[in-house]
Amino acid sequence: MRGTGFWQLGQSITRRLAQTDKKTIARRYFASEAGLKKTVLYDFHVANGGKMVPFAGWGMPIQYKDSIMDSTLNCRENGSLFDVSHMCGLSLKGKDCIPFLETLVVADVAGLAPGTGCLTIFTNEKGGAIDDSVITKVTNEHIYLVVNAGCRDKDLAHIEEHMKAFTSKGGDVSWHIHDERSLLALQGPLAAPVLQHLTKEDLSNLYFSDFRVLDINGAQCYLTRTGYTGEDGFEISVPSENALDLAKALLDKSEGKIRLTGLGARDSLRLEAGLCLYGNDMEQHITPVEAGLTWAIGKRRRAEGGFLGAEVILKQIAEGPSIRRVGFFSTGPPARSHSEIQNDKGENIGEITSGGFSPCLKKNIAMGYVKSGLHKAGTKVKIVVRGKSYDGSVTKMPFVPTKYYKPT
Amino acid sequence: MALRMWASSTANALKLSTNPKSPLLVSPAFSLSRCFSTVLEGFKYASSHEWVKHEGSVATIGITDHAQDHLGEVVFVELPEAGKSVTGGDSFGAVESVKATSDINSPISGEVIEVNSKLSETPGLINSSPYEDGWMIKVKPSNPSELESLLGPKEYTKFCEEEDASH
Repeated sequence: MRGTGFWQLGQSITRRLAQTDKKTIARRYFASEAGLKKTVLYDFHVANGGKMVPFAGWGMPIQYKDSIMDSTLNCRENGSLFDVSHMCGLSLKGKDCIPFLETLVVADVAGLAPGTGCLTIFTNEKGGAIDDSVITKVTNEHIYLVVNAGCRDKDLAHIEEHMKAFTSKGGDVSWHIHDERSLLALQGPLAAPVLQHLTKEDLSNLYFSDFRVLDINGAQCYLTRTGYTGEDGFEISVPSENALDLAKALLDKSEGKIRLTGLGARDSLRLEAGLCLYGNDMEQHITPVEAGLTWAIGKRRRAEGGFLGAEVILKQIAEGPSIRRVGFFSTGPPARSHSEIQNDKGENIGEITSGGFSPCLKKNIAMGYVKSGLHKAGTKVKIVVRGKSYDGSVTKMPFVPTKYYKPT
Repeated sequence: MALRMWASSTANALKLSTNPKSPLLVSPAFSLSRCFSTVLEGFKYASSHEWVKHEGSVATIGITDHAQDHLGEVVFVELPEAGKSVTGGDSFGAVESVKATSDINSPISGEVIEVNSKLSETPGLINSSPYEDGWMIKVKPSNPSELESLLGPKEYTKFCEEEDASH
C-alpha cells in the first residue's frame, strides 16, 4: 500500500497548488530540499533532539524533545534560546545611510538616539509591506537591521536597486551583509539574569529596543533588547565561530531552565504576543495602517512622507483603512490561516491570517483582517473551519500580556 | 491522516517546503528521534497511520501511537455523526494539534454506529491512550475484505521505520 494514503500536503497548500503554476512550486520544492542551508548550530540542534525541517531554504529545528506546548510555557516561565541565524543581518554605512533608509521605511530613523532601535516596515510604491524589520541606529553613520529569512533575496534586491540610484546621485551609503555572524534569540524572564553572567555591561541600563556593541562570553556581539515572543529578552548577533560556545554558555548558566526552542513554539509565542508573521499577517498588498502598525510610522514621517507609497499610507491614516488586522477568540477547532470570517448573517467580512491553540490561555486564538467598523473588541463573528461555522469574537491583542523591559 | 503544516500559509509564503510523499509533519533528521511507538497485535493498520480493531460485526478505528506522537498535544477532534457512512481511504474527520491540522482517513468502508463522545471534552485521550480511550469511531464494515489489504503490526512497524529513515 505504499504510495497511497500518504499524509498529504495541507489543504491550503494544495488549494494554492491548484491555483498556481504547478511547475514553479515543484521546482521551488525540489531546490529547497536539495540545497538546504545549515546554520553553524545545525549539528548542535540535532545532537539536542532537534527535529529539523526546511524553512525558508534553511534546515531549522521545528521543535526539540519538548512538545510545542511545553516549550511555549517554559519560555514564559523560564526562558528560551532560539537559533535565528537564518535571518539576515545587514549594516548600512555612510554619512547618508539614514536619509537613504528613510526613503524605504516608515520609521523616523533620524529621530532615533544612537544605541536605540525600533520595528519598521519596508514599503512598496503602493504602500504595501515588503517586509518588517528591526532597525537600530548604531551611530549616525551606521544602521544595523535584521530582515526575514524568507524575504532576504527580495529585500536585498530592493535595497540594492535603490542604493545604486541613490549613490549615482552622489549619496554616501554602502552595505555589509553579516553572513559572518550568527543570530541567537534569548527570551523569557531568565534571559537578562543569565546573559548578565556572560558580560560586564550592566544590562539593567539596557531597555527594550536598546542596542550595544559589547563583549559577551569573549566575543564582540551586537546586542539588541528585543524579540518575537512578547517576553523580555535579547537578540545577540555573534561571530559565527563563537556561536556554539555562546549557545552552550547561555544554556549552562541557566542550569537547564532556559531550553533550546524551535520554530513551532516561536510561532505560538509570537501569536500569543499579537505579533505579525510576514507572509501570513502582512503581505505585499497590506499597508502598515491596515496591519495595525500605524504606531511604527514616525510622527515626522506622517507629516513629511518621503517613503515609498507614502501617499497611500498617509491618506489611510487621515481617512481610516477599509480593512484592519484584529485578534479573535473562537470556539471549536483552532482557526487557521485562510479561514473565512463571517457576520451573523453568514456574509463574508474577512479572513484569518494566523491562528492556533494558545498553550498559555488554553483556548483558540487567531488574527485576521475584517472590514473597518467590524473591528471593535467584542464584535461577534463566525469563523468557518472545514465548512462549519463556529462562534468567535474580536479581541484586543496581545492575547498574553507582553513583558518588555521598559524604564518605569 | 493528511497533515497540514503547522502554519501552512507561512510555509507557502516563506517557501517552506513539505514533502508531499511524507506522512509526517516533522522529518526527524537523526535516528534517535525515530520513535519506538507502541504497535499492538491483533490490530490492522493503514499507511496513513490509523488502526482498526475488528471484533464480530464492529470495527473500531483510531489513530496510532506513532501518529499521536508526531502530532503532539491534540486540542480538538472533529468526527462524523452516527449513521453517516465512511469510505476506505477517504477522510472522515480531523484532528487539531498545537502545531497542525490533520485529516483522518477511514481504513475501511462502512456505516458509523458509534462515535467517541468523550473526545469532544477530552481530546487529549488520543495522546494518552491512542488504542483504547482515544478510539474515534465504531463502524459496521460494508466490505470486510478491505481489512485484508491493511498492514499487520509487523508490516506497520517496518513501514514507520522505513518512512522515518527516508528523511
